[in-house]
Amino acid sequence: MRKRVVSMWFPNLPSDRVLRAGALNGDDTRPFVVTHHAKNTDRIYCLNNAAAAQGLHRDMGFSDARAYCPDLQSCPADPIADARFLQMLARWGKRYCPWVGIDGVDGLLLNIAGSAHLFGGEDAMLDDMRGRLSRAGLQGRVAVADTRGAAWALTHFGQRAQGADIAHLPVAALRLDAKTDATLQRLGLRKIADLTALPRATIARRFGPDVVLRLDQATGARDEDISPLKDAPNYGVRMTLPDPIGLSGDVMAGAERLLERLCAKLKDQDMGARKLQLHLRRVDQAAQVVELRLAAPMRDAARILPLFERGVGEVDAGYGIDQIRLTAIQVESLPKAQITHGVATRTQGIDDLITRIGNRIGLDNIHRFLPADSHIPERSFQIAAAAYSRAEGAWAALRPRPLQLFAPEPIAGAGARPPQHFRWRRMALTVGHATGPERIAPEWWLTDDNWRSGLRDYWKVDTVQGRRLWLYYTPQNPGWFVQGEFA
Amino acid sequence: MPIVKRFTVMTDFWSHFPPKNTRTHEACGPSAPAFAAALAGHLCGANGKTVFWLRESWQGAQLNPVGFASYLDPKQLLIAQTARQIDALAAAEEALRSGHIALVVIELSQRIGLSEGRRLQLAAQEGDAMGLCLLPEDMGSNAAQTRWRCTPVFDVSGAAADSTLQNWKIIKNKSGTLTSWNVKWHAQTRRINVVSKPAQR
Repeated sequence: MRKRVVSMWFPNLPSDRVLRAGALNGDDTRPFVVTHHAKNTDRIYCLNNAAAAQGLHRDMGFSDARAYCPDLQSCPADPIADARFLQMLARWGKRYCPWVGIDGVDGLLLNIAGSAHLFGGEDAMLDDMRGRLSRAGLQGRVAVADTRGAAWALTHFGQRAQGADIAHLPVAALRLDAKTDATLQRLGLRKIADLTALPRATIARRFGPDVVLRLDQATGARDEDISPLKDAPNYGVRMTLPDPIGLSGDVMAGAERLLERLCAKLKDQDMGARKLQLHLRRVDQAAQVVELRLAAPMRDAARILPLFERGVGEVDAGYGIDQIRLTAIQVESLPKAQITHGVATRTQGIDDLITRIGNRIGLDNIHRFLPADSHIPERSFQIAAAAYSRAEGAWAALRPRPLQLFAPEPIAGAGARPPQHFRWRRMALTVGHATGPERIAPEWWLTDDNWRSGLRDYWKVDTVQGRRLWLYYTPQNPGWFVQGEFA
Repeated sequence: MPIVKRFTVMTDFWSHFPPKNTRTHEACGPSAPAFAAALAGHLCGANGKTVFWLRESWQGAQLNPVGFASYLDPKQLLIAQTARQIDALAAAEEALRSGHIALVVIELSQRIGLSEGRRLQLAAQEGDAMGLCLLPEDMGSNAAQTRWRCTPVFDVSGAAADSTLQNWKIIKNKSGTLTSWNVKWHAQTRRINVVSKPAQR
């Protein structure tokens, strides 16, 4: 089939991307530039039409530009975000045809052969593209031709009034490098037609094979590929059964086969599953879903399978299940790791345990403590979900700290020394020894409602009755509180 | 004098502590968390195994890892919070059975029946682990192997500011006598010191 290639070129992609996000509050009559740092100075990387109308141009020094145009708005360039934006545009391009590739840093290529009639012909399709781009606030030039080279030439150098013939376009439209272009210009070969008039052998000898190659690619004498974007990997497998099944052992056997296929897929991509969904379709079209959240990214079928047992046991098979689908909803990168002796199996066993318990009580309800750098007792540790953290860090306590902490409970007392007798939780307690005070100041850079009362003087109090409590006194708002209990 | 000799053997602390592995035990009293922490430190301090601590999420007092660090490195501690006690028991059974956990501590707030207690025993036996239920006073289950009442004791000598003197008393024992000891936790060496009782005056 004959190729029909659409080339899209976004000459102002970086500035359009920033302006779409509302940098000028939609007022595009004001000059705007995107700057980058090159050759030891800030230069203009991309600019909008209003800035170009003021006489600014690309690669101009930014300070010069500001001198010309004092109310110039600017923003630093972000090529990575631009590339991501172009990927998004390529995904949008799939509405026209499945064959969409990226051309350089600011263009798209679409092979629309066979899909143009769906939009009412090529002209209607191109008009639709232009309309949608301008509505999205993007300046885009769109042209269609038989070859990639010709389409590129038309978008970058063509005028719509002059039609689809590339012969009258300048030689630079052949995607030549600047040096060859200058050489050709100097010899008076200004247009592509001038070049095609020459014998091929002469061109190849004088200007190298590159010019002939580009010329052939533009005329279609030599084929050129468009490499389409890869589809995102799909981590789903399914199995349709000739006869419905109902025993949980059968479902597990099916899940085992699917898991092996899924894990092979995950292994190819160096990924591990975090959340799996086993979708069981019943004969009566109802579906039962078993979800499994894993405590660590995994792709070991033999380890994942037993974790499904509990969920599969609860499934109501009804009249039978005739399709099983297994999807990894959430995946994480899991690079190949060195197999070590001993340590790995222990943490794996604990990960599996966290998964099993987490599927009953919620994976976020299993915690581990991580040390934090703070003198405030409540903030001297962090509580992290065990599935998403690693046990690390060193614990250091300069002074004895209670084994249990609770919300401060007020007690009656006056003065800066602990009261000799006090009541706490309906117990009358008498102080035997008191150790302190240890003054802890609130962290002024964080607002914490519990520390509104200001400084705290902590005392460890051993009562004659036995209980060892952690009391504090707030000198700025006099009052006594119990906050913890020692062993 | 065979009776006296037998008496001295039975009151030996180290023949009762740590309590029997592959069983579930109970601890009550104000120092029960300290008992659990000391048991965790004793069982897992050297071998690096993991302790699983289950509690209901509504409970106000929480374990302070900075204080716990003098018993056991908090790296070896996993905490689970459950909405209901039944979930805590189910998770405890799972953890005991897994074989990767040395000690499972369950903070209970309601009385558990004989069947729940028995299930915990079986799970502990299967996974070669030890379970410890922390209970309010007088809520023990008959299925427990031993029950310890732990109360802090005021250190009259007052020498050490960080004294952890407490009284551990066995109040139920399926295979042995009921005795009590005064013990201290020595934070530097991470071990339990048995303190001789002061002479009666």
